[in-house]
Amino acid sequence: MADTTASQVEGDAQSVPQWAMAIDLDRCTGCEACVLACSSENNIPTAGPDQAAKGRSKQWIRIDRYYEGEFPDIKVKYRPVLCQQCDEAPCEPVCPVFATYQNAEGLNVQIYNRCIGTRYCANNCPYTVRFFNWFTPEWDDPLELQLNPDVSIRPAGVVEKCTFCAHRIKRAKLDAEAEDRELADGDVQPACVQSCPAEAMVFGDKSDPDSRVSKMIASGRSEQLLSELGTKPRVFYLSKAD
Amino acid sequence: MPALATVPGKSAARVRDDILGRMPGTNAAYVAAVAFCGAIVAWALFAWGYQVVGGFGHTGIRRPTYWGFYIVNFVFWIGISHAGTLISAILRLTGANWRKPVTRAAEAITVFCLMIGGMFPLIHIGRVWLFYWMIPYPNERLLWPNFRSPLFWDLTAILTYLFGSLIYLYLPLIPDLAELARRSAGAKRRLYLFLSLGWTGSDRQWQALERAMKLMSLVILAIAVSVHSVVAYDFSMSVAPTWHNTIFAPYFVVGAIFSGIAALVLVMAVLRKLMCLEDYLREIHFVNLGKLLVLMSLIWLYFTFSEHLTTWYGNLPGEIRVFNIREHGLYGFLFWTMVACNFAIPFVLLGISRLRSIFTIALSSAAVLLGMWIERFLIVVPSLSTPYLPAAWGDYAPSWVELSITAGTFAAMALLYLLFVKAFPIIAIWEYDDGISAR
Repeated sequence: MADTTASQVEGDAQSVPQWAMAIDLDRCTGCEACVLACSSENNIPTAGPDQAAKGRSKQWIRIDRYYEGEFPDIKVKYRPVLCQQCDEAPCEPVCPVFATYQNAEGLNVQIYNRCIGTRYCANNCPYTVRFFNWFTPEWDDPLELQLNPDVSIRPAGVVEKCTFCAHRIKRAKLDAEAEDRELADGDVQPACVQSCPAEAMVFGDKSDPDSRVSKMIASGRSEQLLSELGTKPRVFYLSKAD
Repeated sequence: MPALATVPGKSAARVRDDILGRMPGTNAAYVAAVAFCGAIVAWALFAWGYQVVGGFGHTGIRRPTYWGFYIVNFVFWIGISHAGTLISAILRLTGANWRKPVTRAAEAITVFCLMIGGMFPLIHIGRVWLFYWMIPYPNERLLWPNFRSPLFWDLTAILTYLFGSLIYLYLPLIPDLAELARRSAGAKRRLYLFLSLGWTGSDRQWQALERAMKLMSLVILAIAVSVHSVVAYDFSMSVAPTWHNTIFAPYFVVGAIFSGIAALVLVMAVLRKLMCLEDYLREIHFVNLGKLLVLMSLIWLYFTFSEHLTTWYGNLPGEIRVFNIREHGLYGFLFWTMVACNFAIPFVLLGISRLRSIFTIALSSAAVLLGMWIERFLIVVPSLSTPYLPAAWGDYAPSWVELSITAGTFAAMALLYLLFVKAFPIIAIWEYDDGISAR
């Protein structure tokens, strides 16, 4: 976890929040409430059964299932996988038009308007959490009535992915500003975090050592997914030491 | 003056009439061939239009295999384009005189393959109408392409190679264009005259031409190596399992020259038959190219062996999974077909001197082209369909859109060649001429 400490120091120097997420795998029940919440929050179109069978469905957050043992003596482990918002993101340098970069708050940002759809970023993501828009998005009636006005609809031919609910971060900042106060821990809740019935997910500023997410990261139970690749993800998974 | 090539029993003037006389006329067979190829190309263009208007989902590309046939074809065609460079640049610099009748055929392959291969990045991207955002042009929003992206290097390398190859095809055409202008009339004459840039064949012009060609052979050689290295960097800069390795750049350059020779042999064999060029494209040319083919086959085998051995021995979890699926099932079948096409067939047919003939050399070349196409497929697809996290695995199969466009590019190659041999002599006449006495 030496890397985490280094970027925490960096975050302090910049005095802007350094967003991170902690997911307690021991709490996750694999219910997929986060998947549904994310899809409706972020205007993710439904693919339909035919396209889904062809691998065209989009889930910015998905639940990976791992099985241990043979039936009936079987154990299932769940792992919600979303964009890991890597500090050393492999998707960023390969884009020929700068459509993706890391902003000061550590978010790995995707600029839909700039994307020309080479899909190199999606190939180079070790977590396979980037999605391509195969068609102009459509919703079955009446789903188009519940579209979120805070989130843009992505046209055909561009790549998209989890934003850590950047629009909710923005909203929380504006609210705090209007009320003339500092952003407090827990003010920002991405849709997946808010909807998790087991409260397995925590979102916050990891440059603040008192935030819940910082404490979870420092709990000694946290690890990063595929950390051997050196991508320095901002999503931390907590599980009991085996 | 350049050293002259000769044809047994034919004077220089006779050769000139001969080659120019064999340029195809507008007969029924020629028109039918053009129409046939044109129809396939038109169908491929329709398929592309369908994909652009209807959505990229009409292809077979899916998550996680975000690159498919288009990138395979891209690498394949850019690879073949190395034919011209090898024949023209390397053999010209090393003074191998036997190359002379095959030079132009090879350089034409280079230019056409680059035109075709260069289309694939455009066909491949999601919003083709914005492709120019990859080009660094001054704009008021101060938006620039990402100079760190291998795709940007690619664009730079391929455009440089295309323009360089065009110059390199054009330079040795100039004396022949002047000759063509002398023999034609009307608009055609004006066109040839314009293209020949006032060539009179003076000593000064010959010297300038020789100097320019020598310089271009050095330049084009460096560009050619860099181009296919950059194509390899598209893969090896990535962290996808088995892509991230150091061997790809030289491996790709070797593979490119290998497939380039194969394409040249095949084109020569077809030209020889259809244009009755048996006197010019003789067995010696095929045998020499066949020897080069075997040499490149062995080098290719060495690279392939090294790549697979290190992956297998390293036994890294992400990489070994890709390795394993490449050994079994459909990919396993393709893998061993590739080894047979790229090594076993050319090695047996060309290694045993009794079996060596123009037919078997052409047959080996066809096998090599197939094998090299499969090689690119096995590099692009299995790595992507088997990413690190097993939950994201997914197989790829092309749809009719990709298949049509792939067929269309082969037809486009044939079409460009048909048009080229009609307008220009496919064998450089002046290389048989003594230039001065012809003046």
